[in-house]
Amino acid sequence: MNAINMRSLAVLLVAGGMAVLAMLFLASLAEAQSNPNAFNRLMKPAAERNAPPPSDGIHDPDSSGTHVLQTPRESFDALPDSNSGNYVDWNAAVDAGEIAPRNSIGDTPVTPIVLDLNIVREVKGSMPDVVYPHKQHTQWLDCSNCHPAIFIPQKGANQISMASILLGEKCGVCHGKVAFPVSECRRCHSRPKEQTAAN
Amino acid sequence: MTVALVAVAFSFLYYEAAKAEYGDVVINEFSDDAGMRPVVFPHWFHRIRFRCKVCHGDLGFKFEAGGNEINMLKIIDGEYCGACHNGNVAWSIENCDLCHSGIPNTPTQVHHSTTQKLVAPLRSGTADSAASGEGTNGEQQP
Repeated sequence: MNAINMRSLAVLLVAGGMAVLAMLFLASLAEAQSNPNAFNRLMKPAAERNAPPPSDGIHDPDSSGTHVLQTPRESFDALPDSNSGNYVDWNAAVDAGEIAPRNSIGDTPVTPIVLDLNIVREVKGSMPDVVYPHKQHTQWLDCSNCHPAIFIPQKGANQISMASILLGEKCGVCHGKVAFPVSECRRCHSRPKEQTAAN
Repeated sequence: MTVALVAVAFSFLYYEAAKAEYGDVVINEFSDDAGMRPVVFPHWFHRIRFRCKVCHGDLGFKFEAGGNEINMLKIIDGEYCGACHNGNVAWSIENCDLCHSGIPNTPTQVHHSTTQKLVAPLRSGTADSAASGEGTNGEQQP
């Protein structure tokens, strides 16, 4: 009799404790959301990156399918990091052999035709010039993905501005949607202007 | 009871802000009207397994969310998603819920695209946001 009472008391205590903890946790979350002076008021905190599908705000947690889908965080764990986007350095992942994306539907290996050719675009203003590497792009894409619809393959024929890129044209067809985002300025603007030009 | 309350409270908190993965595409051209959840296409999962050109070159997917007019008839005939999701290369189309897994009424969008990340959303009617099928109405308000 005594033992049973003790056990039920312990269960009650544990359950009560858990409920109190959960409420405190919820209260702190709610406070963080309602606090007008909270950190990162307009930004997604780092801890919420690569979230599991049922809690990512786009997948419906009421659908059974959602709970079968893989969590990005779990997949990205072994891959090299980057500062933005998926927080994965996809080119480094391919170069290191961490991932081996197929170049055709079937599992017969088809080697991509890689073109190692850098295009330098001298830009207006104070930013370093842009170096466009065909190499990394042709590892993922065919020539016909970009030429001639997005970029005319002729020197001087393409007007490109950051405004159009931000709005999803030119480089912005991929960069800022799936390839690394436009906040990574120096990955493109990578060649310092010559000193004479500045004077 | 407590557990249920906590779960409900959490689900509300999670609805507050979408935290989906960079490049996730919601495709809701026909789904809502057909009584299905919208499709969520995870770019990240697919680019681990295929280079961009397989879908965007060989299979003819345009670089535009909602711009391909994909429907189930095309898929069962082996076009678009159906080129792989046929039970041979990837799981077959009986698994409706694995693609049609989006929250109902979520508009077509590329999640975390540049225009979505602007803290002050583009004014509605901005030429490009309308043209690219990536309207501002899908944005998460801060």
